[in-house]
Amino acid sequence: MNVDKVLDAKGLACPMPIVKTKKAINELEAGQVLEIHTTDKGAKNDLSAWAKSGGHDLLKHEEENSVLKFWIKKG
Amino acid sequence: MTVKPMTSKEVTKKIFNKEVLFILDVRNEGDFQDWKIEGENFEYLNIPYFDLLDGVEEILEQIPSDKEILVVCAKEGSSIMVAEMLSEAGLTVSYLQGGMKAWSEHLEPVKVGDLKGGGEIYQFVRIGKGCLSYMVVSNGEAALIDATRMTDIYLDYAASIGARITHVFDTHLHADHISGGRVIAEKTNATYWLPPKDAAEVTFEYSPLEGGGDVKIGETMINIHALYSPGHTVGSTSFIVDENFLLSGDILFIDSIGRPDLAGMAEDWVADLRESLYKRYRELSEELIVLPAHFMIIEELNEDGSVSEKLGTLFAKNHGLNIEDENDFRKLVTDNLPPQPNAYQEIRETNMGKINPDVEKQREMEIGPNRCAVR
Repeated sequence: MNVDKVLDAKGLACPMPIVKTKKAINELEAGQVLEIHTTDKGAKNDLSAWAKSGGHDLLKHEEENSVLKFWIKKG
Repeated sequence: MTVKPMTSKEVTKKIFNKEVLFILDVRNEGDFQDWKIEGENFEYLNIPYFDLLDGVEEILEQIPSDKEILVVCAKEGSSIMVAEMLSEAGLTVSYLQGGMKAWSEHLEPVKVGDLKGGGEIYQFVRIGKGCLSYMVVSNGEAALIDATRMTDIYLDYAASIGARITHVFDTHLHADHISGGRVIAEKTNATYWLPPKDAAEVTFEYSPLEGGGDVKIGETMINIHALYSPGHTVGSTSFIVDENFLLSGDILFIDSIGRPDLAGMAEDWVADLRESLYKRYRELSEELIVLPAHFMIIEELNEDGSVSEKLGTLFAKNHGLNIEDENDFRKLVTDNLPPQPNAYQEIRETNMGKINPDVEKQREMEIGPNRCAVR
């Protein structure tokens, strides 16, 4: 996957992961991909709901040593 | 402007007193629909916080000016953010301190009765999750039944009334919440009682609780009489305390009955459940006060916030006790069951001592309502 930007939101509590994701997505062009790292467990449901409501694509997510990783394509 | 925190205890009082409260829940829609703060006169608006990052102007007209407003989220961070935005827009609002995480862990002790020989029985209402646990106190000694993992609350309460915890019971192996029974027993040197048929796979020492057995609390000899009543689990055991209170565990609730499927044995246990509810309980005095291990809906709360009812009244009014036909009963408790509690398999394994998740993981496993009942 071609990743255009990586956002490190590890250690940040809700709502900061989404606040930072929104800011990072704003700086991308439509079709570009943002990779997000977070340790906030609640981010999984919130990021997918946020992406959906904003018209972005959550391409995939995985968990690695309690770090959640997400890939979102800007819509 | 700074916004004020509202504690879970304050919200609980509003539920008990049937006060009006407008809740702006800023969690995502799925989490809100799955589980929320329930109050008879509470109103709700669910707008996820991530839809409010650019401002709250668009929702201002949906928020009443004549009602107290509480902003709620999962852990409190997002609710503070939204509450501050509303406050800047001129509204007076509070946020739920600790969020739904704290809400899930709040226990409210309510006295439910006096014992004949002196002493009291207290119900600990876990208002956010619908779990009920009990402390029987007599002459400086206390017994706990179906304690939650918030063990300090019981230990502090016992200390505050000058009682020493000597016996700890679980009516069955719980699937919806993590038991605090073993930890409390270890800390207080109390005896930990479990029904042996539910404890086949446990990894720790316990005293086998058998039907017909009696345990005495305090010098005044308060009797805890065990009554084998399988059906929710194969070992489920009820207690009759002081010949007056029937602690029904997850077999019988106020407006519902236990579900038989949480250990994967629905078909096998339907007959047990029916036998317990329709034969064994029928042989008991209708004057007994039923004290269950759960409530499911807020309407089951009495005026003082406690959950209890006479057995005779339940025989007359509880739908699950009034199904003549065995096949209809089988259908009720095996078809169209509500979703199973979150992480119920892991919770069972934790209660067996097979896995030892940390507190953060335990919180996450217990998220959501209890869902142990069928109506």
